[in-house]
Amino acid sequence: MRKPLLIQIVFALVIAIGFGWAALNVAGNLERQGIASGFGFLSSTAGFGIISSLIPWTETSSYGRALVVGLLNTLLVSSLGIVLATILGVATGVARLSPNWLLAKVAGFFVELMRNLPLLLIIFFLYFGVLRLLPSPSESLSLGDVIFLNNRGLYVPWFFSVPELDGFDFTGGLAITPEFIALLAALVLYTAGFIAEIVRGGILAVPPGQREAALALGLSRTQMLRMVILPQALRAIVPPLTSQYLNLTKNSSLAAAIGYPDLVQVFAGTVLSQTGQAVEIIAITMGVYLIISLLIALAMNIWNERTRIIERGAA
Amino acid sequence: MTLGAETSLASWRIRLLGSVGNTITTLVLGVILALALIPALRWAVLDATFFGTTQADCTGGGACWVFVRERIGQFVFGFYPEAERWRVALTFAVFAAAAVPLLWPSREGSTLARLRQPFMALLIVGFPVLCWLVIYGALPGLVPIETAKWGGLMLTLLVSSIGISLALPLGVLLALGRQSALPVIRVSSVTFIELWRGVPLITILFMASVMLPLVLPRDVTVDKLVRALVGITLFASAYMAEVVRGGLQMIPRGQFEAARAIGLSPWQLQRLIVLPQALRIAVPGIVNTFIGLVKDTSLILIVGMFDLLGMIQSASTHPDWLGSAIEGYVFGGLCFFVICGAMSHYSRRLELKLGSN
Repeated sequence: MRKPLLIQIVFALVIAIGFGWAALNVAGNLERQGIASGFGFLSSTAGFGIISSLIPWTETSSYGRALVVGLLNTLLVSSLGIVLATILGVATGVARLSPNWLLAKVAGFFVELMRNLPLLLIIFFLYFGVLRLLPSPSESLSLGDVIFLNNRGLYVPWFFSVPELDGFDFTGGLAITPEFIALLAALVLYTAGFIAEIVRGGILAVPPGQREAALALGLSRTQMLRMVILPQALRAIVPPLTSQYLNLTKNSSLAAAIGYPDLVQVFAGTVLSQTGQAVEIIAITMGVYLIISLLIALAMNIWNERTRIIERGAA
Repeated sequence: MTLGAETSLASWRIRLLGSVGNTITTLVLGVILALALIPALRWAVLDATFFGTTQADCTGGGACWVFVRERIGQFVFGFYPEAERWRVALTFAVFAAAAVPLLWPSREGSTLARLRQPFMALLIVGFPVLCWLVIYGALPGLVPIETAKWGGLMLTLLVSSIGISLALPLGVLLALGRQSALPVIRVSSVTFIELWRGVPLITILFMASVMLPLVLPRDVTVDKLVRALVGITLFASAYMAEVVRGGLQMIPRGQFEAARAIGLSPWQLQRLIVLPQALRIAVPGIVNTFIGLVKDTSLILIVGMFDLLGMIQSASTHPDWLGSAIEGYVFGGLCFFVICGAMSHYSRRLELKLGSN
């Protein structure tokens, strides 16, 4: 009975000594480089601009506010991405099982393509290969003269305000930056490829008798899918879907590669290089992602409980 | 013969024109495909320029494949000197030859299967050493080539293979630790696994590249490539631990009881009974993790290293080749599609085989 206890004490000691040694080195190295430690920097003035922000941002705002701006941008692109990727993913997954040969093959090719390409390549392709090569604002592509697309971004009507060309740029409406469009579109396409496979697997896991019974009752294919197949398939779909949502949120950090001001780009990028306080900044960044991950996992677990089918005879 | 042709024609008619809705789908999709594929084909083949040396040679209005032809050496080897590239080719040839017994689906007890364990150990320890000896050039008589010159597809494959080989033993230890009866070891393993799985790879790479020099004593300098490898390995080991855990959970309880009944020690039980079976079950998962890693390796460009995607990206911003980005990405995409597609095909076949056993 003594041996396991001894092993654990030795193990814990080794880890503690390792951390202590690292902490001493960090303290020594920071002192030599003249970098302050602690979280005081969060209230210092940032002094840099951010291209898009959901809350008011000026160059005199603090580093702490930069953290919030980055976090909100991460949450914005992730939540929109989750909704759109789910829609596209479910549609693609269902299309792969379509009786129509052409539709099934096209959906299958899309899934294979997305699953075998790096996300960063898709982001770069959309950003440098497509959006940045669009015409300038004065030669914008337009849809009915209310929606405009050019190399500065997408301009859409917003609350009775229609975008209008004013000199060299547009005023009014809602301006969406190309960085945001490229990141969101890439996240949606990429994740949809993975969600489609999950949905397809979930549908195939429903016993074929259910489908036959539904058709025998005279339900149409759409009714059968919506009322019989999908509710049962959800049981198999929700757990792996959770990890796709987590992946999408974590993958949104690739924003840093094209300069969309998300948490990593603003905080772990710009703020880190200005202050040099690597330990605190990386700890905060990782902590925030861990909290987001935990919250998504929690929400999905609750949903999973609710979509679970109560078996007959269960109390 | 005639009957067969008729049946297949009929089945095609059902598959494409089975009902009104089906017919409309086929027509709409057909039109969209034609609208997309015909210009794409014209761009990529008919109007494209394949021969020449500079961008000025591309006059067809389509793709300028001259860009890829001119830069292919960099895309594959980075800035590794041309005269020394045989060293990279040799190292990868040895690696591929050594990996065959591991990946070839062979029956238990066959010579190939018996070679599996020693080969795996050899590969895990040997490949990084071989890279250091031959690609870096630590062997006497070879010119040392700084890791800063390494790049392209070679770096992609090198980082992901070393990452996965180091992550495998770590992942096995973590997976066993997670199932340990000792609370301190269990909690440490779970914390480690969930921490790295809960944060994006970019933050881990940032951490490795910024914090590693801080954590080590002042006189120790760590190569940029090694820092990236540390980050990649930490990340991959957490995912590997979960894959191995999946394998461990598939081993029936009776195996443990039987092993204990014949008097095996806990270590013997793991090494002789549990791990060989669990790892075999986990092979498709390991291959899938490797595919993910090959794709994720492109993120090292964030910490200033140029893998295949990074080389394409930097080559397409060179003043001589502005506007050739799409050709570069299409080429890079094709490389990733073929490499990852082949591996996922392999892992799916293996999964089917394991499922049928």
